[in-house]
Amino acid sequence: MVFLLAILVGVLYGAAVYLLLRRNIFKLVLGLIFLGHATNLLLFVASGLTSGFPAFLRNVPGEAARMADPLPQALILTAIVIGLGVTAFALVLVYRFYSVTKTVDFDELSENE
Amino acid sequence: MLVLPILLPLFFMVVLIFTRRWLAFQQHFSLLATVILTLFSVVLLIDVQQNGIATMQVGSWIAPYGITLVADLLSAIMLVTVAFVAVVIMIYSPGFIDKGRQSAGYYPLVFGLLMGVNGAFITGDIFNLYVWYEVMLTSSFVLIALGGSAEQLRGSIKYVTISFVASIFFVAAIGILYGLTGTLNMADLAHKLRTTESIPYINGALMLFFIAFSVKSALFPFFFWLPASYHTPPVAITALFAGTLTKVGVYTMFRFYSLFIVENLIFWKTFIIVIAGLTMTIGVLMAASQHDIRKILSFHIISQVGYMVMGLGIFTVSGIAGAIYFTVHNMLSKTNAFLAGGLVYQRSGSYDLKHLGGLYKASPLLALLFFIPAMSLAGIPPLPGFFGKFFLIKGGFEASDYFITGVAILVGLFTLFSMVKIWNEAYWKKEPEEIKNGKVSRRAIAATTLLAVAVILLGVFAGPLSVIAIEAANQVVFPEFYINAVLGQ
Repeated sequence: MVFLLAILVGVLYGAAVYLLLRRNIFKLVLGLIFLGHATNLLLFVASGLTSGFPAFLRNVPGEAARMADPLPQALILTAIVIGLGVTAFALVLVYRFYSVTKTVDFDELSENE
Repeated sequence: MLVLPILLPLFFMVVLIFTRRWLAFQQHFSLLATVILTLFSVVLLIDVQQNGIATMQVGSWIAPYGITLVADLLSAIMLVTVAFVAVVIMIYSPGFIDKGRQSAGYYPLVFGLLMGVNGAFITGDIFNLYVWYEVMLTSSFVLIALGGSAEQLRGSIKYVTISFVASIFFVAAIGILYGLTGTLNMADLAHKLRTTESIPYINGALMLFFIAFSVKSALFPFFFWLPASYHTPPVAITALFAGTLTKVGVYTMFRFYSLFIVENLIFWKTFIIVIAGLTMTIGVLMAASQHDIRKILSFHIISQVGYMVMGLGIFTVSGIAGAIYFTVHNMLSKTNAFLAGGLVYQRSGSYDLKHLGGLYKASPLLALLFFIPAMSLAGIPPLPGFFGKFFLIKGGFEASDYFITGVAILVGLFTLFSMVKIWNEAYWKKEPEEIKNGKVSRRAIAATTLLAVAVILLGVFAGPLSVIAIEAANQVVFPEFYINAVLGQ
């Protein structure tokens, strides 16, 4: 499971970097979204997986030792929310840029026109 | 009490959001609010200096399980400086920023930024630090795009993208670090690193952190976003960013280096010194080829961050003390230089040196207000820039780091060249024919004068202030104080 997830994280990072390097600004935002998701998964994998046990107690003796660590899950939730906010802002920003310049091409970002 | 540097800006921000329609109220209230913040920060600084490091366990969850807030001398000094810069910006803004931007939420956003900056200075938990970084960055995203001119939007897209990528490095490093050590409390982590056997791969996680913070503080080779975006918003916003944002990255590097670098010291020291030297040199050389006042000053931010990181690389008490004093000086002088640039713009309608000239003859006051921060940045005594560089270079010689010290002296010379270039072109050159004769806001002049006086005082009282800086540096170089204060051993 860890192996599969690790490959998935790598694929997501690869896709994100590919999108970030495109000329289209909208694809840049997609790249940022992928980058955020790849990192959330990385957080999940890197802090250790516990399969079959949730991150809370069910009042069974000896359960506490086997319980999944709740902290990484809380961290990922926070990171997802922050990522959502930044993505929303980035989308609005790109849309405003499009409505001002009527283009989505990266070359318009340079100042020598 | 320690939670107030975060709660006060939050409270002010909420009040300002609900009173967005009353512009006059916003202007007065935000000035009053920043003054309150400054007074409180000074009280905190005095308290920390007399009673030692202040800590607070949020929600009474004891460390290392809960989030800890910690204020040592370094944090308190940074809090005071940021709050004072905010006071000056609040005097300056009503006279400079147009009404449209002011009523579009400029004031609440500044307090959002201050909340994030203050939070980053006093938190003792790595993930919490990330959250404060995001609070600060999100406010700065909106501030830099506020107004929505094409130039600003171009700058914002670059700024948002690079900041997001840096945050990704930060979060990834947090995840890996938690997987390796099982704790996120900074003091607890530092304690673990010092007491347990060496943890494998720890340098990888630390390097990810280093990349994240060097993007935020614009170190070589991650500085290109800064001169591409900082000059786009109105100069009051640029000045606020110059005085606060990049310095949070520098502060965090100090904190992390002090607490977490326990192994491979020789590698880290050499690495940081090389990066510092390259940052200094390239920043100052790139500034030399610019013609826009704001761009020259932006490239100098980079070069001067190099000085601060050089102090970190030396990592002796006198080196760190020099770096702390230099950071405070730079926050004030750099903000002051940007504000003086704004006055030039109001007077002549341009930032471009090719279209400026004759300002010394036209208005000696404007010339003086630029002269003070410019000479301070260049390092002319008795202004604080001289003492900052002097302490750093003295620290470098004492630690026998001759190469970086030589680079620092040489870069100082080039800084003087850039400042003289602005001076010659904008103030001494003959006035061009089609120059605008604009009205300069009195509030803006008052704010710039206040800051210039503060810069001079910082230089005049360099002796007593360096004593505080040495105390603060002691707490950085010997992190046992910090660890014991949090874990209570």
